[in-house]
Amino acid sequence: MFLEFFYGLREQGVPVGMQEWMMLMEAMKKGLHGSSLRRFYNLSRALLVKSETYFDAFDRVFLSVFEGVEGALEIEDEVLQWLQDPKNFQELTDEQKQMLERLSGDELMQQFLERLAEQTERHDGGDKWVGTGGRSPFGHGGEHPTGIRVGGQSRNRSAMKVAGERRFRDYRTDASLDIRNIQLALRRLRQLTRVGPASELDLDETIDQTCRNAGEIELVFRPEKRNNVRLLLLMDVGGTMDPYYEPVSRLLTALHEERGLREFKAYYFHNCPYELLGTSASLLRRDAVPTGDVLRKLDPRWKVIIVGDAAMHPAELMEPYGNIDPRKTAETRGIDWLHRIHDHFDRVVWLNPDEPDLWEQTHTTRIVSKLFPMFHLSVDGIADGVRALIGAKTLGQTVH
Amino acid sequence: MKEWNDDFLRFSGTQGYIASPALVEAVNASIALERPLLIKGEPGTGKTLLARHVAEGLGMPMEQWHIKSTSKAQDGLYVYDTVQRLNDARFGDGDVSDIRTYIKLGPIGRTFAAANRHVLLIDEVDKADLEFPNDILRELDEMQFTVMETGDEVTAKERPVVLITSNNEKELPDAFLRRCVFHFIEFPDLELMKQIVDVHHPHLDTQLLDQVLLKFYWLREQNELRKKPSTSELIDWISVLLKAGITPDQIEQQIPFLGALLKNEQDTEALSGYHERGGRYPDQWSDLGPRFNN
Repeated sequence: MFLEFFYGLREQGVPVGMQEWMMLMEAMKKGLHGSSLRRFYNLSRALLVKSETYFDAFDRVFLSVFEGVEGALEIEDEVLQWLQDPKNFQELTDEQKQMLERLSGDELMQQFLERLAEQTERHDGGDKWVGTGGRSPFGHGGEHPTGIRVGGQSRNRSAMKVAGERRFRDYRTDASLDIRNIQLALRRLRQLTRVGPASELDLDETIDQTCRNAGEIELVFRPEKRNNVRLLLLMDVGGTMDPYYEPVSRLLTALHEERGLREFKAYYFHNCPYELLGTSASLLRRDAVPTGDVLRKLDPRWKVIIVGDAAMHPAELMEPYGNIDPRKTAETRGIDWLHRIHDHFDRVVWLNPDEPDLWEQTHTTRIVSKLFPMFHLSVDGIADGVRALIGAKTLGQTVH
Repeated sequence: MKEWNDDFLRFSGTQGYIASPALVEAVNASIALERPLLIKGEPGTGKTLLARHVAEGLGMPMEQWHIKSTSKAQDGLYVYDTVQRLNDARFGDGDVSDIRTYIKLGPIGRTFAAANRHVLLIDEVDKADLEFPNDILRELDEMQFTVMETGDEVTAKERPVVLITSNNEKELPDAFLRRCVFHFIEFPDLELMKQIVDVHHPHLDTQLLDQVLLKFYWLREQNELRKKPSTSELIDWISVLLKAGITPDQIEQQIPFLGALLKNEQDTEALSGYHERGGRYPDQWSDLGPRFNN
């Protein structure tokens, strides 16, 4: 069962390694879980999960693996504790005590376990099932005089219930894409180099020079470390991109606020870049600049992010005069422009707001994803994309 | 009770601080397994305060190392004040022959050298360079380091309890995370928030409190905000409202003194724009998401 838990977590994308797992084993050997499922839940989460973004996945796996185990693990100390505490027996009438005697010991526990096994879902109140209310002898806060306080204090809720609430849904990175999350993902867009004016005291060199100078103090300065990344953003606007207005505009805001970049430029296109790129999202002709000029001006070290769904009519990509806008008629095919962009720059990634399982279904998306490494427009996808832009070269190579 | 080794169950909260079961578990696991405890949470959820209470609950003195963007791992161990020594040598002040005079232990070094067991708080570890956490790993694992200049070894006499806080500004390296026990401070729920407010503003009018919290949690649900208001901003806002003598009715239809809650200009503009366009603020809990209505 524990191995099932381990592999379940890994299957759900929670990065649990042997090191964490051994840590949990060590903790259990020391008895830190205290044989209650609730404590085991807290302990294993603290040791196995290192980011709140995985709490939701952890809850789901915990629920599926330990479903039905609750009683067996929890009953050991909760119920024994209750039975051993004389305070719980003080206010019983003789009749009740008699009844309790009949129910006491193993039989009581047996019943408790049976009820837990019968119960299939979370339950509060009612007559029979274990829960946090109702008239059943089980479940705390009930009217029954001998009600067992399952889970003890009200704040000490059972592990299943805590996991069942799935309060950490909002922290999942694959779901939410707020500006701050994007900025965090973009933080890796860094290549630190010493450029610019010498403004920082170089202590080692100062000491060295001072020694050479027979002890006369000689101050040496050097340029500060700065981010050397220049970023070009090409963005698909209008049409099929309209539903993605929110996430795309958040990405744009995050990039504009990213003060760390050495330079940043953004251009816009509709469906596919052709001979002209818009300098504003309205794509007005008078604001347009020739794509060729952009390529000439920017050297290959510029990092390029293209945002778009890459979904269009095949002719828009593969045929001459493919531009859907009737006012613009140029012979060069869209795919050729994409190849030019691909060949000019060292690193280009494509961020696609469509769900990844849809990519294979669209003909043009398939073609484009063979040319550029394509990532989903989500926090995780952006982080992966940035890694492909910055990290080791192999990541940036296209798959054929 | 089942028997387990009571040596490890050291921490159970302090008088002024009620620790959640999850926190107690995490602190005790970190002590028993001799691993650093990483505490994460939104700004304003009281991470540093929590560390202080853990130290108090354990009855240990605390050494705090506040990390800045310029902090280096080496600073935590010791600093060799070369410039001072150069200066002294140049101008003939002090005894420059003993290099140890110019070696000053940093926070990690001091807890290692101390005779009694300390809590070592490494505060806001994410402020430093991306590689910083990895740089302190070895020393925290082995609980010893060597002073290069003298060859002296500094070994921890009593293994300190290491607490590390992070605001999530930067991703922490995997190797570092693998060695830590992790605890996440959730944003206070409605019940807890009422208790917190009560500490700062006792005997607050219940109707006012209800409207205040309603607006506060509504604002926090707006994903478009650049910076969501936190607990400390809520407390400040209530202070302002009380000073100005705002009545519950007044706050039902609008959000006065918005500047106390939203610190970002664009956020303030966005919200006043919403109001001018006739956007409605919620005045009952059913206007909010399912989290408040089950």
